[in-house]
Amino acid sequence: MKQWRFEVCNKAGFPDVQGDNVLDDIKELGINTIEMVHSARVFLIEADFEKDFAIRAAEELLTDMVCEDYYIGRSGAPAGPEKATLIEVHLKSGVTDPVAESVVAGLSDMGAKVKNVRTARKYVLLGNITDAQRDMISRRVLANDCIEDVIYGSDEEPPSAHTKAYELEISEIPIRKLDDDGLVELSKKKDLFLNLREMQTIQKHYQDLKRDPSDIELETLAQTWSEHCVHKTLTSSVDMEFNGEKIHYDNLLKDTVFKATKDLNKEWCISVFADNAGVVAFDDKTAVCFKVETHNHPSALDPYGGAATGIGGVIRDPMGTGMGAKPVANTDIFCFGLPDKKLDDIPKGVLHPKRIMKGVVSGVRDYGNRMGIPTINGAIYFDDRYTANPLVFCGNIGLIPNDMCFKHQQSGNIVMVIGGKTGRDGIHGATFSSGQMTHEHETIFSHAVQIGNAITEKKMLDTLLQARDRGLYEAITDCGAGGLSSAVGEMGEKLGAEVDLEKVPLKYAGLNYTEIWISEAQERMVISVKPEKVDEISKLFAAEDVEATVIGRFTDDKKLTLKYNGQQVGQLDMEFLHEGICKYSRKATWKQPKLNEPVIDQKDNYNDELLGILSSYNVASKEWVIRQYDHEVQGGSVVKPLTGAANDGPSDAAVIRPKLNSDRGVAVSCGMNPMYGDIDPYWMALAGIDEAIRNIVCVGARPDRIAILDNFCWGDCTKPETLGSVVRASQACYDGAMGFEVPFISGKDSLNNEFLCDDGTEISIPSTLLISAMSIVDDVNKCVMMDAKQPGNLLFVVGLTKNELGGSHYYKIKGHLGANVPTVDIKTAAATAKRIYKAINKGLVVSCHDCSEGGLAVGLAEMAFAGGFGIKADLKGLAKAKDCNRADTQLFSESNSRYIVEIEPDKFDQFAKLMLNIPFGQIGKVTDDKKVVIFSEDNKNVIDIDIETLKKAWQEPLSL
Amino acid sequence: MKQVKALVLRAAGVNCDMETQYALEKAGALAERVHINRIIENPSCLDDYQILVFPGGFSYGDDVAAGKILANQVVHHLADALKKFISDGKVVLGICNGFQVLVKTGILPGFNGGDNINLKDLPVSITNNDSGKFEDRWVHLEPAGDKCIFINPGQRIYLPIAHGEGKVVTKDTATLDRLKSDGHVAFRYVDSEGNTGKFPINPNGSTDSIAGLTDPTGRVLGLMPHPERFVHNTQHPHWGRLKDRSRADGITIFNNAVNYVRDNL
Repeated sequence: MKQWRFEVCNKAGFPDVQGDNVLDDIKELGINTIEMVHSARVFLIEADFEKDFAIRAAEELLTDMVCEDYYIGRSGAPAGPEKATLIEVHLKSGVTDPVAESVVAGLSDMGAKVKNVRTARKYVLLGNITDAQRDMISRRVLANDCIEDVIYGSDEEPPSAHTKAYELEISEIPIRKLDDDGLVELSKKKDLFLNLREMQTIQKHYQDLKRDPSDIELETLAQTWSEHCVHKTLTSSVDMEFNGEKIHYDNLLKDTVFKATKDLNKEWCISVFADNAGVVAFDDKTAVCFKVETHNHPSALDPYGGAATGIGGVIRDPMGTGMGAKPVANTDIFCFGLPDKKLDDIPKGVLHPKRIMKGVVSGVRDYGNRMGIPTINGAIYFDDRYTANPLVFCGNIGLIPNDMCFKHQQSGNIVMVIGGKTGRDGIHGATFSSGQMTHEHETIFSHAVQIGNAITEKKMLDTLLQARDRGLYEAITDCGAGGLSSAVGEMGEKLGAEVDLEKVPLKYAGLNYTEIWISEAQERMVISVKPEKVDEISKLFAAEDVEATVIGRFTDDKKLTLKYNGQQVGQLDMEFLHEGICKYSRKATWKQPKLNEPVIDQKDNYNDELLGILSSYNVASKEWVIRQYDHEVQGGSVVKPLTGAANDGPSDAAVIRPKLNSDRGVAVSCGMNPMYGDIDPYWMALAGIDEAIRNIVCVGARPDRIAILDNFCWGDCTKPETLGSVVRASQACYDGAMGFEVPFISGKDSLNNEFLCDDGTEISIPSTLLISAMSIVDDVNKCVMMDAKQPGNLLFVVGLTKNELGGSHYYKIKGHLGANVPTVDIKTAAATAKRIYKAINKGLVVSCHDCSEGGLAVGLAEMAFAGGFGIKADLKGLAKAKDCNRADTQLFSESNSRYIVEIEPDKFDQFAKLMLNIPFGQIGKVTDDKKVVIFSEDNKNVIDIDIETLKKAWQEPLSL
Repeated sequence: MKQVKALVLRAAGVNCDMETQYALEKAGALAERVHINRIIENPSCLDDYQILVFPGGFSYGDDVAAGKILANQVVHHLADALKKFISDGKVVLGICNGFQVLVKTGILPGFNGGDNINLKDLPVSITNNDSGKFEDRWVHLEPAGDKCIFINPGQRIYLPIAHGEGKVVTKDTATLDRLKSDGHVAFRYVDSEGNTGKFPINPNGSTDSIAGLTDPTGRVLGLMPHPERFVHNTQHPHWGRLKDRSRADGITIFNNAVNYVRDNL
C-alpha cells in the first residue's frame, strides 16, 4: 500500500471562505499581526494506485479544477517576506470522518482499491506571532482538543487508527466485600456516576447472587440507572416546604405533569409519556408526534459535534416512536452566555460564548439541513449564567400512520442493529450528562462527545420507512443514551434478550465487549424482526447501502444475556435492571425571595428605552441564525419564521402542511422566560405555557388541540432550594395544563447544569423551563401573520395590561430585576385564546402578534417594521389594571395573555361583539407615514421613531 | 392525453425528492422516485421516462464538494444512458444540488452536447457562496433568452434558494462570453424591478448573476432556486399580503416541461 497525500486549496482570485473566517476569529482574539490565512483541505489516502491514477484522483475527484489547485505531497511554507506558520488539524483516532467515507466511495467508483482515507485541514498563517499566540489560535479557533489533534510546521502526521484486534478478557469487579468508601471510589473510578445508595443496592443484589458482577453488568446498570435515562430526581418522592406550608408528592412528575394529562384524558392523545415521543391525532389517517431533547454537556465541550448529534439524536426519537414516524420539522432553542463577554472573564475549561454559539448553530444547521428536515421554530436566550453550561434544546416532529403508533415485539424475534457502525465515540455519554461539569471535563470526558454523519441517518430513514410500510419489522427504537444497552434493554424488558456482541459491525477493530455495548456512536437504531422476514428486510437495506446486522434474539426468560464469541460475558435480570433502582425521598424548600420594585423617574419620552430593548440580545432579530437553516425543505412551509413585506419580521409560530395535498396544518411554538424564575419559578412556568399558547393561537391554530412538552433544565437538585424551585414550576405545569386544557405529551429533564470552576466556585444556570407547543390548523389558508397589513386598519390590544415589570426587559436594560413578576389569570387567558382563534377563523383578523418580551411597545414596533407601515397609538385606549398608570409600565409591562390584533374598519362591530367580556381596547391605527408614534394618557408623545431606525436597532446586534 | 412520465432520482442525501414528485404530479406528470442503484443495475429503465429530475439535497453529504460524489458516480456508471436520454429529445431538470451535479458532470453547459459527460476540463463550476454560509432566502429571477423550454420568456419569477454552494464560476472570461452569446444563461438573479445587483439580490455572488443554465438544446435546465417550493400560494413568504392569491411561480417550470413532452415526444 502506498500512502498518498493531497492538498487542495483555492486558486488565486477565488475567495478562501474558510481562511477568511479563521482570520476574523483570530482578530477577535485580539491578535492583529496576522495579515492573511490560507486554508487547504488535506486527504491522506492509503491505496495501491500509482502516480498517474493519483493525478486523475486529484483532478477528477478531489479538486474543483475551475476554482481550486492541488498539490500531491506536503507543501512547505510559501515564499515571501512574511513569517508563515503552518498548522494542521487532524481528527483524533476513532473520530467519525464522513468526508473520508465519501472519498472511499468516489475512488472505488473510479476503480481504485482503497485501504484507508483520512482528511485534515491545513492553515498557513502569514504574519508575526509568538508560539504562545500560535497555541492559543490552535486551541481557541482552529481545533477542538476533544476530537482533534494539531501538528505544527513539518511535524509528523498522526498515524492512522490502530487496528489491533481485540482479544477477549472478561473482567469481574469484586464488589461484594467493599466498604462504603470503596463503593464510592469504584463508582468514581469507573465514571459510573452512581451514588452510594445505588452502589449499595447493586452490592446487595450481587451478595444475594453470591457472585461478583462483570464489568459489562456494572456498566449496564450505570447506564440504565443514570439520571439521563430514568429521571430519578423528578420521579422521586418529595417533601416540599413552601412559605411555611408542607406538601408531599409520592412521585413529583406523576403527581404534577403526568397527572394533568391523565386528568384531562383527551381522546386525541394517542400515546403519551410512553414512547420516544408523544403522539396525538392529526387527521383520520395520520397521527403526529413531537419530542424535544437537550444536548447540553456535549455542546459545552464540542459545540459543533454536540449540537449536531443533539439534532441527529432527537430526529431518531420520532423515527423510533411506535413503528417509526417520518420527521417533518425540527425546532431548536438555545441558551448561551453573553456574546460580548471578555475572554479573560471566561472560566478555565470553558469555550467563549460566541464560539459556542457559532459552533452550535452550524452543528444544527449542517445536520438538520442534510437530513432534509425544515427547522421551522426556535429561540435564543442569553444570560451570563449560561456561559459554562449552554443549553441546546432540539426538537423533532414526525408524521405516523394511525395504525402504526404502537410496537409489538415478541419472544423469538430477531434483534437487528441498523444504520451506523459502532466505534469508541460517545462512551459514557449518558452518565456524563447526568453529572456536574468541572474545568477538567474537557480532557477527561472527550470520549463522551459523539460525532455524527447525517447522510448515514438519512439513508437509514429512507429505507426504514419502506420497511415499515411493507410490515417487515415488529418494533423499533433508537440507540441514544446508553447505546445498545439501553435500546435492547428497553425493548426486551418484558421478554428477555440475548445479544452476540462480536456481531455488531465496528468502525475499527479493538473495541472490547463493554465498549461495543455502551458506545453511543450515532445513527444507529434497533429493530425487532420475525425470523422469516430477516432475509427480505436485509435485502431492502442492502439495496440502498444501509448497514443492517443480526445481533441477537428476544427470548422469554426475562434475562438480558450478553455473549462474545459464544462465551457469556454478563447476565442481568430484566426486573432488577429496570425496577431495582432504589426510590428516593427528597427534601425541597422554596421561599419567596425578598425583592423590591425599583424607583425609576418618569420621563416624557421613551424612545431610547424602546431602542435599547429592541437591540438587547434576547429581543434582537435572530435572522442570522434562521437563514442558515433550511426552513422550507419538504415543501410544506405555510407560516415561516420570518415574514412581512421584506421577509424579515419575527413570526410568532410556524405552520407547515405536512401532507402536501391537504390543507390541514401543524403549528409549532415555544415559550421560555428564565428571568421570571429569578423571582418565582411558578409564574415563570405559567408564563412559558401562556406564551407558547399565545404564539400558536396568533397564527390561527386551534386552542382546543394544543399539546405541550416540558424540558426542565435546572442546577443541582440535591440542594433542597434548587429542588424547591423545580417543584414550584411543576405545580404551575399542572395548574396551567388543567386550566388551559392543554395536556403534556412528552418531556425531558436535564439536571446538574452546574459548573465547578478551578477556584472552587460553582456557577448554576438560571432555572429554565422550555415549553414547546404543537397544535392543528384546520385550513392553512386561514392562517395570519404578524406584519401590519394596511394603513387605515384598526389596532386592538386584547387582554389586560397590569403593573408587571418584574423580570422585564425594561428593568433589565436599567439594571434591575424588580418584584412584580407577570402572573396569569388562567381562566381569562384560556377564554381569550379561544376568542382570538374564533376571530381569526372567521376571517376578521388580518394580523395578530403576541405581546411578550419588551411589552406593548416592542410588539407594535415589530408589527410596524415588518409590515413596512407606521402605527399611531394612544395608551388611553389600553385595557389596564388600576395600578398600571404610568406610561413606562403601560409601554413595557410584560403582562401575559395579551394579543395585538389588526382589523379592517368594517369588521369592527363583528370583532367587538366577539370580544364581549374579554378585556380589550382599541389602541390605534396602521398609518402610511412609516413612524411608530405612541401618546401617553396625558397626551405626551412618549414614542416617536421611524420604522427604519427601529428595524436597524433590532437587526444589528446579532448580524454576525 | 398522453401520460408523461418523470423520474425523480434518489441517492444518499438527496432530500427534495418528495416535493419534486408532488410538483411534477401537480403539473400532470406521473412521477416516480427511483434510487440510483436501481438505475445503475438497469440503465435502460430510463427509456420509460421522458423527464429526468436531479432534485435538491446533499447527495453524499456534499463531501469533497457539492454534488461531486454523485457526479462522479453518474459519469462512471450512467454516462451512456444519459447521453441517449438527451439525444432522444427528452428533458432534464437539475434543482440546487441537482444543478451542481449537472455542472460537475459536464452535462451543463454541455458546449459539445452529450459528448461532454465527463469529469475533466470542466468549463464551469459552482462553489461556496461569497457569504461563506448556507442561506435560505427568496430571490427574483429574470429569464434570459428564449431557448430553454422550461421557462416563460419575459416572465420574472420569485423563488427560494437554500444552499451554501451556489456561486456559478467559469474557467475564464471566454467561457463566460460563450455562455452569454450561445444562450446558455437561463435565469439571472435580479431585484423586484428586474435589475441585477449585489447581495442579497445576487445571494451567492454568482458570476454575471447567473442563477440557472441550459444546454445547447434548451431541454436541460439546471438552477439553484427551488421551483418545487412554490407550487402553492401559501408557500410564498408573505402570502397574507398578496392580492393575487393564485400565484405560485414555481409550477410554471414543471408545467412547461410536461407540456413540452406532450407536444413533442
